[in-house]
Amino acid sequence: MNQSPGHKSPIGPDSSEHHRLQGEPWRDASQRPFVEIRGLTKRFGDVTAVDNAHLDIYRGELFSILGGSGSGKSTLLRMLAGFEQPSSGSILIDGVDMTAVPPYERPVNMMFQSYALFPHMSVEQNIGYGLKKEKKSATEISERVNQLLSLVKMEGKAKRKPHQLSGGEQQRVALARALIKRPKLLLLDEPLAALDKKLREHTQFELMSLQDELGITFIVVTHDQEEAMTLSTRIAVMNNGHFEQVGTPAEVYEYPVNRFVADFVGNINFFKARVTSLAPGEVHLHSQDLAQDLVVRCDKQVEVGAERWIAVRPEKIFISKEVPVRENLTVLKGLVHDLGYFGNLSVYRVALENGSMLQVSGQNRQRSATKTLEWDDDVFVSWDTASAILLDE
Amino acid sequence: MTRDSNRMDGRRQWLRWALIGPYAWLLLFFLAPFFIILKISLADPVVALPPFTALFDWTATGWNKIQASLDNYLFLFQDPYYITIYLNSVKMAAISAGLCLLLGYPMAYFIARQPPRLRSMLLLAVILPFWISFLLRVYAWIGLLNNNGVINNLLQWLGLIDQPLALIYNDFAVYLGIVYSYLPFMILPLYANLEKLDPDLEEAAADLGARRWQVFVDVTLPLSLPGIIAGSLLVFIPAIGEFIIPALLGGSDTLMIGRALWDEFFINRDWPVASAVSVVLLLILVLPMMWFQKVQNRQ
Repeated sequence: MNQSPGHKSPIGPDSSEHHRLQGEPWRDASQRPFVEIRGLTKRFGDVTAVDNAHLDIYRGELFSILGGSGSGKSTLLRMLAGFEQPSSGSILIDGVDMTAVPPYERPVNMMFQSYALFPHMSVEQNIGYGLKKEKKSATEISERVNQLLSLVKMEGKAKRKPHQLSGGEQQRVALARALIKRPKLLLLDEPLAALDKKLREHTQFELMSLQDELGITFIVVTHDQEEAMTLSTRIAVMNNGHFEQVGTPAEVYEYPVNRFVADFVGNINFFKARVTSLAPGEVHLHSQDLAQDLVVRCDKQVEVGAERWIAVRPEKIFISKEVPVRENLTVLKGLVHDLGYFGNLSVYRVALENGSMLQVSGQNRQRSATKTLEWDDDVFVSWDTASAILLDE
Repeated sequence: MTRDSNRMDGRRQWLRWALIGPYAWLLLFFLAPFFIILKISLADPVVALPPFTALFDWTATGWNKIQASLDNYLFLFQDPYYITIYLNSVKMAAISAGLCLLLGYPMAYFIARQPPRLRSMLLLAVILPFWISFLLRVYAWIGLLNNNGVINNLLQWLGLIDQPLALIYNDFAVYLGIVYSYLPFMILPLYANLEKLDPDLEEAAADLGARRWQVFVDVTLPLSLPGIIAGSLLVFIPAIGEFIIPALLGGSDTLMIGRALWDEFFINRDWPVASAVSVVLLLILVLPMMWFQKVQNRQ
């Protein structure tokens, strides 16, 4: 949908509030963050669920908090909604401290993972509930409910009860219900987890275009790294109650700051190596794991003799029967131990001469019913020295 | 026939008996006594053993006439005493159920919101009184409520009252006894219902702008209605025919159907009228039970 900036959306906040994300405000020090999380800590008895977390989220962002179970991401979301009180630290939304504000007075709405639709109310009663609590007139409520019903394409099902709807339809109703009060900030707890794969992909893009259209800031909590990658303007990877890394999907994927992030986001090969010498823009190492000298092109400050993890993504590795003849390559010999055909790509597990395994994935660019590589083929694997990641610590 | 289908047949056979068992039990011990009572209620009282006339007049060639009349039922509906007593029993049972609901709902809600381990301990505490005989527990209240019972003695010792309060042998004591005895029957179904209530629903309502009491009225209360109905009927139904509590704690003016029934059977020895009283009581109770069944089926 094409809208000029500042166009008043019938669904979203008023035109003055309407704010589509422009550029990358997190790189601009003069920009005031919309959500400021300052030293936020939450303890349950001896367990620290969220540990001194700091985070800035800007207006119009679709921000994902990515983490496994027990990472503290749900507790963080519940504190944003006001269901949990922080043990220390504060949350500011639009410059206002939310610590003492109860959930029913926050300019925030939430879409629950379970959808939490009221089973005794019809679709339209569910969607209109937020406005009813604001004591809006019946005509105003039904007008807004109809707008939202058409936004989520549920016009014909206003009188249904939640149990008469499919999972995807329930998700839409939950979304409409959370949007009816024109919140400044929408929290989404695993919004796509309950949907099947096809529907998930479809809904994902719908959610993105809706967010762009409405100009509401979204914070999505998810354990699904693929979902976070496709949806988000930025991702915060959460582990043990704190953020390991905050950045755009590409930053987090291509420049992970540590082993946890590298491992959590996407597939990756790790091996240990010791720094042997330094050159401008290059680090020379020897890997005991691979029994091989190698070079990593990067600007990181390291000391000679330091032990580091090197990581290489499977799709960054070339696999061939012939010796590759390009410059700046790290080349290893091995044989195809395992291969998996996925149609668009194939995944190989290559056994190196010293016995360690490397995962390699390759696009199947040629249309062919016969495999170019077979089990136990002798192969060369190689990667550009700039593709390898030298991890801190 | 294969061995598998043989085994299936055996299982089906076993299942059939497992189903017939309970029905035979009900037929024998519920339906048969009911028909005996129904039969007696149609007879006339006589000074004999048994103290009522026979329904069938047996002769050498078989029975030749039926002696049945609805006089006893007509008597019940014409005697203002019985009408008052039925109405009063319904009233007292309904008020007791209401009091149990007011007390039991917060308790059930509180228990349902505890961590699972504490929950089972609290539930155990609710049913703990059942380990002592019901009769003994009601009897114990006499010792508490008497003119020189524990409560009156304590209040006098504290100097709060000069004269003992009339705590026993009145309607107050009967309400107290019924609420005390039947409270677990209210808490247990309410708990079963509230425990299943998804806390996300209450949080969703709060998130959409509902204050605590609005969350309760809009979400918690309507969704716990089946538990409220089940608990109320489980208190109302036994309370309406309660005999021990009004007999031990009630005054001579406490009109409840259980006592009237006892008096009719054992003091007046008018078995036919007593039987008619209990048949009418059964009819009064069948209506709310049928309604409850309908509500349950709708769920």
